[in-house]
Amino acid sequence: MSAITTISAQRSAAIGHKPSAATAEPAWTRRLLISISLGFLGLFLLAPLLVVFAEALRGGVRAYVAAFADPDARAAIRLTLLVAGISVPVNLVFGVMAAWAIAKFEFRGKSVLVTLIDLPFAISPVVSGLVFVLLFGMQGWLGPWLAAHDIRLIFAVPGIVLATVFVTFPFVARELIPLMQEQGTEDEEAALSLGAGGWQTFRRVTLPNVKWALLYGVILCNARAMGEFGAVSVVSGHVRGLTNTMPLHVEILYNEYNFVAAFAVASLLALLALITLAAKQLVLIREQAAVRKG
Amino acid sequence: MDRRKFVLCGVMWVAAFLLAGRAAAGDDVTLLNVSYDPTREFYVDFNKAFAEHWKARTGRNVTIRQSHGGAGRQARAVIDGLEADVVTLALAYDIDVMAEKARLLPRDWQTRLPHNSAPYTSTIVFLVRKGNPRGIRDWPDLLKPDIEIITPNPKTSGGARWNYLAAWGYVMRRELGDDSKSGGWQDAARVKAAEEKARAFVTALFKKVPVLDSGARGSTTTFVQRGIGDVFLSWENEAFLAINELGPEKFEIVVPSVSILAEPPVALVEKYADKHGTREVAQAFLEFLYSPTGQRLAAKHFYRPVEPKHADPTDLRRFPEVKLFTIDEVFGGWGKAQRAHFDDGGIFDQIYRQ
Repeated sequence: MSAITTISAQRSAAIGHKPSAATAEPAWTRRLLISISLGFLGLFLLAPLLVVFAEALRGGVRAYVAAFADPDARAAIRLTLLVAGISVPVNLVFGVMAAWAIAKFEFRGKSVLVTLIDLPFAISPVVSGLVFVLLFGMQGWLGPWLAAHDIRLIFAVPGIVLATVFVTFPFVARELIPLMQEQGTEDEEAALSLGAGGWQTFRRVTLPNVKWALLYGVILCNARAMGEFGAVSVVSGHVRGLTNTMPLHVEILYNEYNFVAAFAVASLLALLALITLAAKQLVLIREQAAVRKG
Repeated sequence: MDRRKFVLCGVMWVAAFLLAGRAAAGDDVTLLNVSYDPTREFYVDFNKAFAEHWKARTGRNVTIRQSHGGAGRQARAVIDGLEADVVTLALAYDIDVMAEKARLLPRDWQTRLPHNSAPYTSTIVFLVRKGNPRGIRDWPDLLKPDIEIITPNPKTSGGARWNYLAAWGYVMRRELGDDSKSGGWQDAARVKAAEEKARAFVTALFKKVPVLDSGARGSTTTFVQRGIGDVFLSWENEAFLAINELGPEKFEIVVPSVSILAEPPVALVEKYADKHGTREVAQAFLEFLYSPTGQRLAAKHFYRPVEPKHADPTDLRRFPEVKLFTIDEVFGGWGKAQRAHFDDGGIFDQIYRQ
């Protein structure tokens, strides 16, 4: 709990807001609201997190470590890292391009593009997965052609990557667009008028202006890429040691009554999430500091 | 990051992507067995035994990859391009669909291996909490007030379809007698009356289901782990396994007066096996299921072996005597049962919408 309070304290310190007397609620209201929200967080976030680690360590440290000796578990960890390792850079590039196009240029269909970027947020991940099956599956539109050329997308690693890229697409772009729009185009215009090339302008003017927001988007994108279940489950085929990511492997282990191993792998996922959270917090603080400096 | 490093990174990612796609290359042969939920533990043992057998026979290594899930969903995945060399599913209809819709194997696949291509059989029993606190002895007891029944969803799970048909068949047998060739089954009016009663029975039964999981294993965890429900309509092997894994002090099996003979079939997916060049080893894999080793392992994992003489007698003694009817006797085969009961707009949809 103390971690949460320090984080929020840091955050408000970083943002630099102090509630003024005129806008402050009475003390009891504040205390009530704070205890409700802390209680809620404790019950629905902290308790499950503790359960994961407690269950994982129930059989002792040896059983915990043994869970990671299983080749299928290792394959799942490798696959998850690979999928995140591919989809995050891809979304980094696409996200920057989309945000750049939307924030710096005026063109027809811009609002359509903005809506399209939000699409993966709006539809259920399971539907996202099914879309790929309908598109690339053997009975799908492109399936027979792909099969004829011996290209396997669905029920193989490329399909999992595609589905992950799809569901994590908005994170980077969504972080960048508001900031880039706010910053406008003056800096770039100045750079161009001073003789900088397009790439140079982008690298030395645009990118430094948005780097913290970019990093923040990348971290969120990474967290989702590693944790994605629904869409990946649909396109995975659940072949052990081959197309099972960590979240899918947790489900399999749980369904095989192998609770210690299931929670061990889950705890690793949770650990990755916590690291991500810490990194996110760090970036947020820096970002706020950068904003304050001007 | 300067531009060269950036480009280099990009190239490396693309390379990783391409390499990942061709991970399983090499000299040794790999089979993919797409199966349904409750066979997990059996195939862990069996795959090991088959790999040894194959190594001894040919000197080559074989790795068998497994995929498990609700049978209907698994069949769908194979049709959509999950390239299984062999399928070992919960019921014949799901493989029929692969043959008819996607032409992955010949239509007469079920005649290619002995015993209707079912190397082991099972049946549907009731798993109840220890001491049978709700006093469930037979099918009618399921409809007692306040009883909650756990079963997976017949639309996605093979086991659930067997559950449904077992309940339906129980009523038909009660109304029309044991032998489908005797008087009652010839009389169209009586059959119709019996079907009405069966429908009412199954409707009442599914009204008592609080959670419909998509596969048998999900339902087992719902009942066993989450403690929901009073009785779990289950594969016999799955019920034994739950007791074995989680303790005989918690659950017990109740055998109803009559149940269905469930034949989970196996088949070679010829189109994919030929594409992978694995037909020979895949066929050997399926035939090995009928071997003394395969039969012994099936009995060990609570499947009823079709050749009981190969099984360990102590394993066989665990199976209670049950009066069994077949799907052909009561429903005229899987094709008819599927169309009437489980297809879109079929009887299951109608009763579930009520």
